[in-house]
Amino acid sequence: MTKIVDRGRRSPGRWEHFPHGADVGVRGFGATAGEACEQAALAMMAVITDPTTVRQERTVEIELAAPSLDILLVDWLNALIYEMAERRMVFGDFEVSIDGDRLKGRALGEDVSCERHAPAVEVKGATYTELAFVEDKPGLWRAQCVIDV
Amino acid sequence: MDASRFEKLSETSWKIEPFGAMRVPAIVYATKDLITEMDDKVFDQVTNVAKLPGIVRASYAMPDAHWGYGFPIGGVAAFDADQGGVVSAGGVGFDVSCGVRTHLTHLTREQIVSVQQELADALFADVPAGVGSEGKIGLDDTETTAMLSDGAMWAVERGYGRAADLDHIEEKGRANGADPAAVSDHARKRQRREMGTLGSGNHYLEVQEIVEIFDPDVAAGYGLVEGECVVTIHCGSRGLGHQIGTEFLREMAISAERHGIVLPDRELACAPIKSELGQRYLGAMRAAINCALANREIIGHLARQVFAKFFEHGELPLMFDVSHNTCKVEEHEVDGEVRPLFIHRKGATRAFGPAHPSLPKALQPFGQPVLIGGSMGAGSYVLAGIAASERQAFSSACHGAGRRMSRHAATRAWSGRKVIDDLRAQGIIVKSPSLRGVAEEAPGAYKDVHAVVDSAEAAGLAKKVAFMKPLICVKG
Repeated sequence: MTKIVDRGRRSPGRWEHFPHGADVGVRGFGATAGEACEQAALAMMAVITDPTTVRQERTVEIELAAPSLDILLVDWLNALIYEMAERRMVFGDFEVSIDGDRLKGRALGEDVSCERHAPAVEVKGATYTELAFVEDKPGLWRAQCVIDV
Repeated sequence: MDASRFEKLSETSWKIEPFGAMRVPAIVYATKDLITEMDDKVFDQVTNVAKLPGIVRASYAMPDAHWGYGFPIGGVAAFDADQGGVVSAGGVGFDVSCGVRTHLTHLTREQIVSVQQELADALFADVPAGVGSEGKIGLDDTETTAMLSDGAMWAVERGYGRAADLDHIEEKGRANGADPAAVSDHARKRQRREMGTLGSGNHYLEVQEIVEIFDPDVAAGYGLVEGECVVTIHCGSRGLGHQIGTEFLREMAISAERHGIVLPDRELACAPIKSELGQRYLGAMRAAINCALANREIIGHLARQVFAKFFEHGELPLMFDVSHNTCKVEEHEVDGEVRPLFIHRKGATRAFGPAHPSLPKALQPFGQPVLIGGSMGAGSYVLAGIAASERQAFSSACHGAGRRMSRHAATRAWSGRKVIDDLRAQGIIVKSPSLRGVAEEAPGAYKDVHAVVDSAEAAGLAKKVAFMKPLICVKG
């Protein structure tokens, strides 16, 4: 485990990376399932570029449903990967709410710039490896999986 | 991994007898040192694969095996459709048909070095690499369907390659049985601007000098001459393959129970070959193979155009193009009977021996070229398939050096600038849009490619033909 980023005093949300043989694991923590998803998405973005350098110029709305909560997490990350690839965008902030088996999300970002973002890698997909989306204790959710880069 | 967990069959062959739900043994081909260096997860993954329905003979891991998704990277497994065998989206992976091709240049090291910087700059300018890069060939839906049906043949017909190349690509540049209708709109859209792009991560285009020949006869048969240079391209099916992998992994994971399959790891998501889902995946996966073959053919064409600006005879004939993330139907002898099997190779290369009918006539005396991509610093190998490889792992060999260090550990250990400067001091020019990407791919992050290749040869998977060192490396 390496980089840990605090979002400030108002939120317990934070993200980190964890090692995987050839690729990288992303892990988000939050007070709610939605916040953990937001943080996991930030962790994924940080594999590509520093999310704090991304301007929030455009918004992409995402709505998903899945047969289980952990698959919903993989679907969320894969939806972002698709939007990044298709729209040639990078994202710097996320808003997620989860209700049962449904997720409503918003990704804020801008067109990718090789000069400003110097993206390190392209993410191929979110995997089921080391996948967990659980409430470890009351008020602390953990959302994690390995992403293929 | 602890080598004492294995039964030692030879110095480079280690067996795990079936336990628990394993249907067949697991066999790892590697020296004790390489096995010791492998992550414990390789043990879990190679034994998990042995639990899948219809697996034949054994679950194998190559000398470059490392922790992957479901399958280890460097995993090989064969399944029999008539015995309830499965096809696994996880066993093929996200980068369907990722592979390597090598073009001959018949140019000497001196000729390349005389224009080394300018050539590096031109290749970097003309071969799109890195995140967000776009190809110059936009595809509408009709053209996408044609590309997915015909692979490198499509590229050649559109003027992005040469007809003579096709004989030197697996399955003559076109995977049979592709079903473009099984490829989703999302996958098609993701590919619209990505034809002829390298991608990122460990993908590259290198100009390499042949510095050592191990088997002069085979090298001559392949056209490899010490002191001459080759162009080697490593990339895959780009966004289309990634999307197909993503979608079918999900569908197979969710439907496994319905198919009566107990998944030891959800990443081993699979479906019976003889099921609607299994057949649909095979059709989509073969379309993605064609996408990868077309993509590499286009990049070869772009490299030719650049070389033609510098050299009068910049034809760059294709030596061979081989994929290392696939599931292919092949005939193999099992218990004295030749049977069609679905061979999954995840980070492993097909390695047919001499006289195999799938090889072009010119290569039949020598066996199939097996292209082993090394790191930017250590260099790459050409091996040749041998007849004995059939018995070892259904004619398969390693595909690269294999990582020994995570991307994170690599960025902590090296800076991209220092990697580029150190390689420059060795006479290697690296061009990349991302310094962090270079750090993550630092030569020290990879295993010793020499040890991996020596293991493959000692284990009877393939034999060494030539060793190349890069002069120019365009990293994605």
